[in-house]
Amino acid sequence: MPTRRELQEWVVRIAEVARSYGLDFYETRFEIVTYEQMNELAAYSGFPGRYPHWRFGMEYERLEKSYAYGLHRIYEMVVNNDPAYAYLMEDNRLVDHKMVIAHVYAHVDFFKNNHWFAPTHRKAMDEMANHGARIRRYIEEFGLEEVEGFVDRCLSLENLQDYYAPYVVRRRAEAKPIVTEPEEGRKAVEGMRFKTKKYLEPFVNPDELVAEEARREEARIVEEKRYPVAERDVLGFLAANAPIPRWQRNILSMIREEAIYFAPQRMTKIMNEGWATYWHSRMMTEKLLDDSEVLDFADHHSRTVARQPGQLNPYALGLALLRDVKERWDQGRFGPEWERCENLAEREHWDRRLGLGTQKLFEVRRVYNDVMFLDEFLTPEFVERQRLFSWKEDERGTPRIDSRQFDEVKRGLLQQLTNLGEPVITLEDDNHANRKELYLVHRYEGTPLRRDWAIECMRNLSQLWTRPVHLETQVDDRKVVFTSDGNEVREGV
Amino acid sequence: MWDDDDAIRNIQKDQARFRRIVRGLIKEDLRRYMSRGELLGRKGDRIVSIPVPQIDLPRFTLGSGKEGVGQGEGDPGDPLGQGQGEGTGGGEAGQAPGQHVVEVEITIEDLAAILGEALELPRIRPKGQDRLESRKVKFTGIHRVGPQSLRHFRRTYKQALKRTIASGMYDPNDPTIVPVREDFRYRSWKEAPQPRANAVAIYMMDVSGSMGDEQKELVRMTSFWLDAWLKAHYRGITSRYLTHDADAREVDEHTFFHSREAGGTMISSAYKLCAQMLEKEYPEGDWNVYTFHFSDGDNWSSDDTNEALEVARTKILPRCNQFAYGQVDSPYGSGQFLKDLVAALQDDRVAWAEIKGRDTVLDAIRAFLRKGR
Repeated sequence: MPTRRELQEWVVRIAEVARSYGLDFYETRFEIVTYEQMNELAAYSGFPGRYPHWRFGMEYERLEKSYAYGLHRIYEMVVNNDPAYAYLMEDNRLVDHKMVIAHVYAHVDFFKNNHWFAPTHRKAMDEMANHGARIRRYIEEFGLEEVEGFVDRCLSLENLQDYYAPYVVRRRAEAKPIVTEPEEGRKAVEGMRFKTKKYLEPFVNPDELVAEEARREEARIVEEKRYPVAERDVLGFLAANAPIPRWQRNILSMIREEAIYFAPQRMTKIMNEGWATYWHSRMMTEKLLDDSEVLDFADHHSRTVARQPGQLNPYALGLALLRDVKERWDQGRFGPEWERCENLAEREHWDRRLGLGTQKLFEVRRVYNDVMFLDEFLTPEFVERQRLFSWKEDERGTPRIDSRQFDEVKRGLLQQLTNLGEPVITLEDDNHANRKELYLVHRYEGTPLRRDWAIECMRNLSQLWTRPVHLETQVDDRKVVFTSDGNEVREGV
Repeated sequence: MWDDDDAIRNIQKDQARFRRIVRGLIKEDLRRYMSRGELLGRKGDRIVSIPVPQIDLPRFTLGSGKEGVGQGEGDPGDPLGQGQGEGTGGGEAGQAPGQHVVEVEITIEDLAAILGEALELPRIRPKGQDRLESRKVKFTGIHRVGPQSLRHFRRTYKQALKRTIASGMYDPNDPTIVPVREDFRYRSWKEAPQPRANAVAIYMMDVSGSMGDEQKELVRMTSFWLDAWLKAHYRGITSRYLTHDADAREVDEHTFFHSREAGGTMISSAYKLCAQMLEKEYPEGDWNVYTFHFSDGDNWSSDDTNEALEVARTKILPRCNQFAYGQVDSPYGSGQFLKDLVAALQDDRVAWAEIKGRDTVLDAIRAFLRKGR
């Protein structure tokens, strides 16, 4: 085991090497932790000050067990923050540390430069600790059960939000609070009065009738004021409009913020891991490895990119695709000339010696996310070489290899990644049937919602909104509307 | 960033909270756990590990992954190997792919407490509790002689310091203290008597041809919980196992649950062996005796039934806290024995239950344990 001083020297040295390759990262602070602390940090997604919640305890229990049974071991963890924090496991060998440090610098470079991370909060360490302190205070004030129950409810609705909101300006009017202004209805009715002589007024336009008319008109106006455009950020809508006490509103906003913070990491998982793996492997083999460490490194690296039968390893897929991109841009296998060439032999030996690979890689890491990355750079040759396939469950529920066709595989991959693989649910109307009920629509893409969970979530949603909530979706290709009144969830058509 | 080791780390609080929730869930779902015997893994003698499906928060999510993308060899149509992320099969619906299962370790005492709370069982009041049965070592005093491993460093140092100062050899500039033989002090112990009640549980099972695997599984599940309950009340309880068809014999635990014999059933044989065992090995008074007999109730002849019940009444009942009979439903059994037993043994110490299927294991356990004997 290396000493702290030794590690410190390596941290400085590897940072220099990383910079010499053009990587550009925030200051990175390394902490040396025991495996218990590592598991704890992993359970908290890297933030030691997170709010108390049983699911972190559950995650810790799982990590602890699988560590004890030797099923896995966390080597590296890095937090997107400025300065970045990274954790090193104390009983690792020096060669592991070197690899992890190199890997970490590439991650931090990605955090700093990838467009999709641009809107993230770079003082997340502090922010999460603030959330922790606030929720602890609420627990003291309102009791554990109460606060925890509410947090659970919010978390179950965590993904009802617009993951792309930070990147686009949606054309939509601000959500207007529904205010009933008695004047408005009456004003509208004024215009509809029958013109008549004053003394006939009570008979031609009797007061009750006018009042009745005004009420109806008012209702119509309110109805029109309903949410003007389909809203994807349901959570944000609730945080702004749900009739809940202040502390609950705060918790809801905090949980929304945290989900937004983690979203880019989920959006770029394949690229980010591929990028870090690509760079640790280049730095290690080109600059950092001592002869005596070659075997250990090779062993560790190959475990990182190992493929489970039938599963996708983001490290391996990202690495392979980045290498493929580098090779294609080094050899000039792109552009109209390459596309047009149909001579297989020529394609086989195509090499324009452009040497644009590394430059292209840096461009890719700046601009793309996983969906775009795969959409643009996945090629039939790559799918063939990497032995990618799509699978489907047969009628007995056994997953079977379905196809090795490029189109099928690509479609499957993109579907898996779009909207982080989560259903798109939008708020269509916040004053449904003019009864202040929410009407949500699930954009059905061929896979129905998981039913039991959807029902639970509907119950939570209506408890937050304190009014009935509807969700339109499809089951077995027919339209279904779930309606929850806070206790019961009914299913209608 | 890290507090010192003494501080309770946040994660430990979260973990404790998670465990409390799990405990609550186990209690709520006890009937389901009881009807799924395979769920319970024994770890050593006093710890049970219970796999609970990860209690995920519900969220809007797409139904079970019916398709996806993978990597590896194989032709279209080949089934994927292990590790595709399917949840462990079997059990009820709602198995999402990739559902993790968390194993929660729980002590027998905790499990028994959950069982007790859920079934509202009275605690057992052991007989002879005030008898002094075992001795416990307690370190209470200081001796001048003893083994090095028990040397009391602080006392020894104090003694040496005193001696050095008293003899005027103490030099503040060079405060080296060298203890000599007289300075050494050792911890010493006393044996404290500890009240403890002895207990034995005798499990008897009919293994004749009519008792199938399902029947044995029911017995196994029932005995697991009985065992847990008794263990929680009697540390160091002894369990004995008898099997019988037309003939009875003592076996070890494994054989008890796994052997299968063919042939007829003579319940009297088991009761006789049990009576013999009690008489010889567990003299009256000292022991809290529990007997459990499981059968499908299809005895060979009414003569044998009479004989068995006679033995039970005269030789077993007087010696035991409780005599329990569980009748397992089987396609072959007539179930006559239970009727005879209930008619013949009118005694407070007799408990009986019909175990009709996995769902009724819980009721059987309640019937056996509700008297708090």
